[in-house]
Amino acid sequence: MDFDPFVLSRIQFAANITFHIMLPSITIALGWILLFFKLRYNVTKDETWMNAYFFFTKVFALSFAIGVVTGITMSFQFGTNWPGFMETVGNVAGPLLAYEVLTAFFLEATFLGIMLFGFRRVPSWLHTLSTFLVAFGTTLSAFWILVLNSWMHTPQGFEMIDGVAYATNWMEIIFNPSMPYRLTHMLIASGLTAAFLMAGISALRYLNNDKDPVVMKTLRTGVFLAAFLIPVQIFVGDLHGLNTKEYQPAKVAAMEGLWETEKGAPLVLFGIPNSETRQNDYAIEIPKLASFILAHDWDAEIKGLNEFEGEHPPVGKVFWAFRIMVGTGILMLLVSWSGAFILTKKKAWIKPLSYVLLPMAFSGWVATIAGWYVTEIGRQPYLVYNVLLTEDALGPVKGGAVFTTLMAYLSIYVILLTAYIATIIYMAKRAGDGGNRDPEKERNQGIERESAIAGVAKK
Amino acid sequence: MIQELISSGDWLPVTFAGLMGFAMLIYAILDGYDLGVGMLTILAKPKERDRMIASIGPFWDANETWLVLGVGILLTAFPLAHGVILTALYIPVALMLFGLIFRGVAFDFRAKVAKEKKQKWDTAFFAGSLLTALSQGYMLGAYITGFAEGWDVIFFSCLIALAVASGYCLIGGAWLIWRCEYTLQKNAVKWMRQHLIITCVGIALVSLATPFVSERIFDKWFEFPYVFALAPVPIMTGLLVISLFILIGKMPFEKDRLCWLPFAMTIAVYILCFGGLAYSFYPYIVPDTLTIVEAASAPESLMIILIGTLIVFPVLIGYTMLAYYIFRGKARDLSYD
Repeated sequence: MDFDPFVLSRIQFAANITFHIMLPSITIALGWILLFFKLRYNVTKDETWMNAYFFFTKVFALSFAIGVVTGITMSFQFGTNWPGFMETVGNVAGPLLAYEVLTAFFLEATFLGIMLFGFRRVPSWLHTLSTFLVAFGTTLSAFWILVLNSWMHTPQGFEMIDGVAYATNWMEIIFNPSMPYRLTHMLIASGLTAAFLMAGISALRYLNNDKDPVVMKTLRTGVFLAAFLIPVQIFVGDLHGLNTKEYQPAKVAAMEGLWETEKGAPLVLFGIPNSETRQNDYAIEIPKLASFILAHDWDAEIKGLNEFEGEHPPVGKVFWAFRIMVGTGILMLLVSWSGAFILTKKKAWIKPLSYVLLPMAFSGWVATIAGWYVTEIGRQPYLVYNVLLTEDALGPVKGGAVFTTLMAYLSIYVILLTAYIATIIYMAKRAGDGGNRDPEKERNQGIERESAIAGVAKK
Repeated sequence: MIQELISSGDWLPVTFAGLMGFAMLIYAILDGYDLGVGMLTILAKPKERDRMIASIGPFWDANETWLVLGVGILLTAFPLAHGVILTALYIPVALMLFGLIFRGVAFDFRAKVAKEKKQKWDTAFFAGSLLTALSQGYMLGAYITGFAEGWDVIFFSCLIALAVASGYCLIGGAWLIWRCEYTLQKNAVKWMRQHLIITCVGIALVSLATPFVSERIFDKWFEFPYVFALAPVPIMTGLLVISLFILIGKMPFEKDRLCWLPFAMTIAVYILCFGGLAYSFYPYIVPDTLTIVEAASAPESLMIILIGTLIVFPVLIGYTMLAYYIFRGKARDLSYD
């Protein structure tokens, strides 16, 4: 059997980044939700908020740990498999990655310790501040990495000398055209992922007959947050699409499955893009709608894939990933809005709602991953758009070695994902069994908490 | 020499090499002690194991970030060297990453899963720590030889792998003496003594073998008059090790006095060994192939990173110290609430 190191390295990077992004997409937003819980507790002194905080801190810690270790894997992959990336654009990518490590990684990692284990060791304000700094750190990390990723899609502010990129204007590099859209889109995606996860876990506890008042609090937080974010996300997604049409028309053509350049392009609802015949089989289309969505004009001209023959991305993957993302988004809209309606008007229907929220717990992962596939596969065959071809970045690795490590990574990820989901379900169940808590211990904890709040650090 | 560096503009890459070395040294010390504690858990009883892991709980994540910083500087400041080094070390890097993955997640899983599954994650925690330490040592070995090939190189690298793992156990034991009490502290003294012997044999063997695997290092070590410049390193290391051996023979002291001293002395040993290595490699970043200056990024990009580093470093060190201050004293069981 012949192992192609290029294909295998791409699959390996895709596997790594896919598994990695699942965790940050939870932690980026969950950090802010935890800060919200802590602040609500500070204001109301209602223990329920603190219980919500402690429960979801465990989910946060677990997600964060997996996020960290899979993130380290990513930073090594650049060198082991794709040295051409840093050799070509290292002068731009390097400082951005360095700023991520310097400003974000240490901040979140250090204050995570205080946030997790410091509640009874530090004054309450410092614990709240640590929670804020962890949330801020994860978001800052997302900022830098999305700056770099956006630059790879819409590069500017550099010049090429002897095949190596040199930065000429850092403001142009950081605030490259697609960055604001991509960053906002990703941050809201994280909000939705965390919101649906929180709603799903709470639904599980509700269905397990968990009477703890915290369950309703977190259920409401999840559902209302999702209901608020999803229309914003659809709006931002639309803007992001307009931006992509301007800077990466081939990607948009692949997303829409449009082969020919035409005015008043139809929206392809269904179809199987056929790269042999260069048309869609079994297509169901709505006339002119694609032009309207993409340009907000029924007769606008949309460039087709045939304009970019030989250098456009694989159509089928982008086309389908885009439909999965949009479909999941619509499902999220329906579920969260009917959920918000039920929680305010029809409280008797919470049980059926819970049955719907449960399978939606990981819907954020589906939409986020599909979205990333659209944008990343949509950039192919380039690694840095119009600057560096993916195949030119490959290092001198042997196919067999990559195959071995790929198999190992895949097995590890399957194990970790199974353990992660199983542990979350177990924690949700065990929290429900805590109904017969020891009142004596609770009282003691209350006293210790008060002393912690009073600023008496316990040794 | 310094004036020459400044006038030629080479000071920037050299500064970054220094920063990278600093990050790697801090990494070896900090993650060294928590990897060491991870490996030593295999020798402890379940209850002690909880306490040992609790002692590193608030720190391990930030400790590991120094590795990301070290590799980050290699990646960003020396992109050419980064590619050469990491493709040459493809398999050991992958093994290290598998180790780091299992160790990092096992730390969290073991505290959250059902009791009957805890044992499995404890094993993963130990195995992950061991695999990480061994593969890091192996990489150091391969690096010293300039990524040469052959059985002698593999044997040499395996030897260093064992020495590094033992060195991590040594500093892990020192950490436990500082942070634990009673039986666990006494056990830590015992573990530290064992690993002090193994590490010393390791350092000695490596020092004897290194000049023979690299002709350049041989010349650098034994060339007159540089041999005198280097001499204090092995002498001081030897003195430190002997006094460390005598010291822990008498520990723990009344009222737990000086419980921090073995840790501080082990750090000194680490710094000396690191100094010896750095001296041997300079000015190369890939031994015998690529120098620091040749491998560096464009000066403009380095400058941007340097400014950020100078602003961030003091803050970083400040809040790291804050974390160590908050979690000072003997380790207690960790809890979120």
